[in-house]
Amino acid sequence: MSARTILFQGGRIVDPSQGLDGVLDLLVVSGKVAKVGKGLEAPENARVVSCEARLVLPGLVDVHVHLREPGAEHKETIASGARAAVAGGFTSICAMPNTDPVIDSPATVGFVAAAGREAGLARVYPVGAISVGQRGEQLTEIGELVEAGAVAITDDGSPVMDSGLMRMALEYSRAFDIPVADHPEDMGLSRGGVMNEGLVSARLGLQGKPNASEDVHIARDLLVAELTGGHIHLQHVSTRLGVDLIRRAKARGVRVTAEATPHHLLLTETSVEGYRTDAKMNPPLRTEADRAAVEEGFLDGTLDTLATDHAPHHYDEKEQAFDDAPFGIVGLETALGLLLTHFVEAGKLDLLALVERMSLNPARAFGLKAGTLADGAPGDVTVVDPELEWTVDPTAFHSKSRNTPFKGQVLRGRAVLTVVAGRVVHEL
Amino acid sequence: MNRTASSLGKDLVGIEGLSADQIVSILDTAEPFKEISERRIKKVPVLRGKTIVNLFLEPSTRTRISFEFAEKRLSADTVNITATGSSVVKGETLVDTARNLEAMRIDMVVIRHGSSGAARFLAERIPSNVVNAGDGSHEHPTQALLDLLTIRDHFGKIEGLKVCIIGDILHSRVARSNIFGLLKLGAEVAVCGPMTLLPTGIDALGVHVFRRVEEAIEWANVVNVLRLQLERMKAGFVPSLREYNRIYGVSTARLKKAGPDFLVLHPGPMNRGVEIDSDVADGPHSVILRQVTNGVAVRMAVLYLLAGGMPEQAEAAKQGDVG
Ligand SMILES: [Zn+2]
Repeated sequence: MSARTILFQGGRIVDPSQGLDGVLDLLVVSGKVAKVGKGLEAPENARVVSCEARLVLPGLVDVHVHLREPGAEHKETIASGARAAVAGGFTSICAMPNTDPVIDSPATVGFVAAAGREAGLARVYPVGAISVGQRGEQLTEIGELVEAGAVAITDDGSPVMDSGLMRMALEYSRAFDIPVADHPEDMGLSRGGVMNEGLVSARLGLQGKPNASEDVHIARDLLVAELTGGHIHLQHVSTRLGVDLIRRAKARGVRVTAEATPHHLLLTETSVEGYRTDAKMNPPLRTEADRAAVEEGFLDGTLDTLATDHAPHHYDEKEQAFDDAPFGIVGLETALGLLLTHFVEAGKLDLLALVERMSLNPARAFGLKAGTLADGAPGDVTVVDPELEWTVDPTAFHSKSRNTPFKGQVLRGRAVLTVVAGRVVHEL
Repeated sequence: MNRTASSLGKDLVGIEGLSADQIVSILDTAEPFKEISERRIKKVPVLRGKTIVNLFLEPSTRTRISFEFAEKRLSADTVNITATGSSVVKGETLVDTARNLEAMRIDMVVIRHGSSGAARFLAERIPSNVVNAGDGSHEHPTQALLDLLTIRDHFGKIEGLKVCIIGDILHSRVARSNIFGLLKLGAEVAVCGPMTLLPTGIDALGVHVFRRVEEAIEWANVVNVLRLQLERMKAGFVPSLREYNRIYGVSTARLKKAGPDFLVLHPGPMNRGVEIDSDVADGPHSVILRQVTNGVAVRMAVLYLLAGGMPEQAEAAKQGDVG
C-alpha cells in the first residue's frame, strides 16, 4: 500500500534501540519500518519527506494518560486525547482506567481499544484496573483484561492501600507479563492534603501531603515486588527519598520501572502561591530538593520513563477555590517542547537519552511494539523541528482542556510531523 | 482623592500583604470610631449610599454580626447571604457568585468561606472592594486587627511584647493573621499546642514553639487562647477533650506563673472548661469582651479606608462632614 509508504530523507535519526544518531534516511513501507540507511531510493508512489535539519525519532510513548472517556467527555474524549497526543509527537498512549465506569471488565477494555482504533490517530492502549471498581477490595479478572487488550493494570487516581491485595496483583500478573502500575500514596498520611506539606502550605493555610505519604508507599511497593518477583511500575515519583528507594531497589535487582513527569522535573511548590489551581496536582509539586532529586533520578535512569500524567479538567472545574478544584494538568502537547528546551538544549541530557526515556523505555516497560526504528518495527515516527520556537498557548490545544501551569512559556522544539503505521496523523 | 501610603488598596485579603504602616493606620483609624458606639445615636453617614454584601458561605454568627453593626453604623446598605439560603448549595460555583455580585453593581463584599484563598479568588475577579472575614485555614485579618487594637489599648504599644497563641494553630486562620500582624509590629510571637495541631514549618515563620503551656504562660505578656473545634477530637488530632483541658487548658492555677500585667484573649466562641476555664474567661486578666467591642471599631475603620477614606480624616468623619 503506497499510501502508507514514506521516505524520510536526510534527517537526524535518533534511535536508542540501535544506538543510532546520525543523518540518514528512513523508509517506511506498508506501515512498517523497511530500512534505515544512506541514499535510500523512494519506491514508486511513496511520499518523500525532506527532513533536513529535523530530528527523526521513533514515535513517542506516554504510558500515563487520562482520557476521561467513558464518563467525563466534557474534559476529554479518547479521540480528542489521541489528537492531542499526536500533536505532541506521541504515537502510543496508555489510557488510565479511572473513568466512569472504571475500566475493570473485558467489555470496557474493548471499548477503549475500539474507540482508539476508530479515532485512527495515536495508538491507544487500555490499562485495566487492579481492583473491581478501583475500590481496593477484589482483584479484577486480570487474565481476561489482558486478552481484551489491556497492557497493564493500575488503580491510578488512587493507590492500592491493602498490601495483601498488592501482593496478589503482583503475583497473579506475572503469568501475563504485564506491569502493575501504582500511584504511591499512603492515604492515611496524606488525608485532606491539597498540596505539599511544608512552609508554603503553612503560610497559605492549605492542608499538606507530606513526602512520607509517598515514601512509605514506594517502600511498601518495592518490598512487595521483591517478595513476589512481579513488575512494579511506580507512577509520577515526586520525592527525594522515593527516588533513592527506587535506585537502591534497582541495584538489588527488583523489577521496577518508574516515571518522572515534566511538572515534577520543572516546578516546585512555590508554583501554588496565589492559590493557582493550575499547579494543583497529585502527587503535589514539592520542594527544590525534591525537584532536584527527581531530575537526578531522571538523568541517571532511575526514573527511566517520562510520563505526562495528562489529566484534563474543564476550565470551570479549575476556576474554583483551591480546596475545591480537581488535581491535575494536561501534558501531552507540552512535554516534548519542555524536555527539549529544559533538558536537551540546557545541556543536561543528550537526545539519545531523551528518546530512550520518552519512547524506548516506556514501550519496554509496558510491553508495547514501539520505541524503535529497527527493521520490521511499526512505522511510528515523530519528526521534530528542534529550532522551532513556540509559545505555550492553551487556547490552541487539541485537548479539550486547558489546565496547564506552563501557559505562556516560550519553548524551542516541536513535533512537526507525526506518523502512525506509515500514516501522517499530524502535520504542522 | 489623593491616596497616600496608608491607603489599603482595593481589598483586605490578609495581614500578610500589609505593611506595618498600613496596619498602624487601620488601628489609628479605629480609635475615633470606638466613640461612635458609645453614643445614643450610633450612626454616621460615612458610607451612605454604598451597598455591601455580607457573603457568609460558612456559618459565623459573631463575625457577621460585628460586620453588620460596623456597616450600619457607617450608614451603608447591607444584604446578607448565608450558606444555607444561597444558591451555592444548589451547585453554583464561587465564580458564578462573583459574576452575579458584579452584575448587581455592589460596592463591597465581606466574604467568609471554608476554603483558603477564597477571598483572594473573589477579589481578583470583581471590581468591588473585598474584605476577607475568614477563608479556610488561611487568614482572618479583621480578627487579628481587633486583637492588635486590644493589646495596644492595654499596653500602649505592640513592639517588644511577648504574645503566645495557644491551641489549634494548624487549622486556625486567626493564628496566621495574628502571627503576621504581631511580627510586623515588632512583637515576639510563640505558639503552643498539641504537636498534632502545629503546622510543619511553623518555626520558619519566625515564631517560638512551646511544648508546655506553663512555659508559654511564664514567658508571655499576652496569651491568645484559640477555640478547640470539637471535630478535631473526632479526627484524632487530640485523644480527648478531658486530656486537652488537663494538658493545654488555660486555668487559674496555671496563670499563677503569669506576671501581674498579663492579658488573656480569645476570639470566641469559647468552649468553657476545654481550652479556657470559666474563672479565667471572666477573670481580671481577660479582655475578651473588649475584643468584641473593638471588633466593630476595627471593621468600621477597614470599610472606611477601603471606601477611600483617609486615616487623618477619620476624626472628622465621625461628625459626618467627610464627603
Ligand atoms: Zn496518579
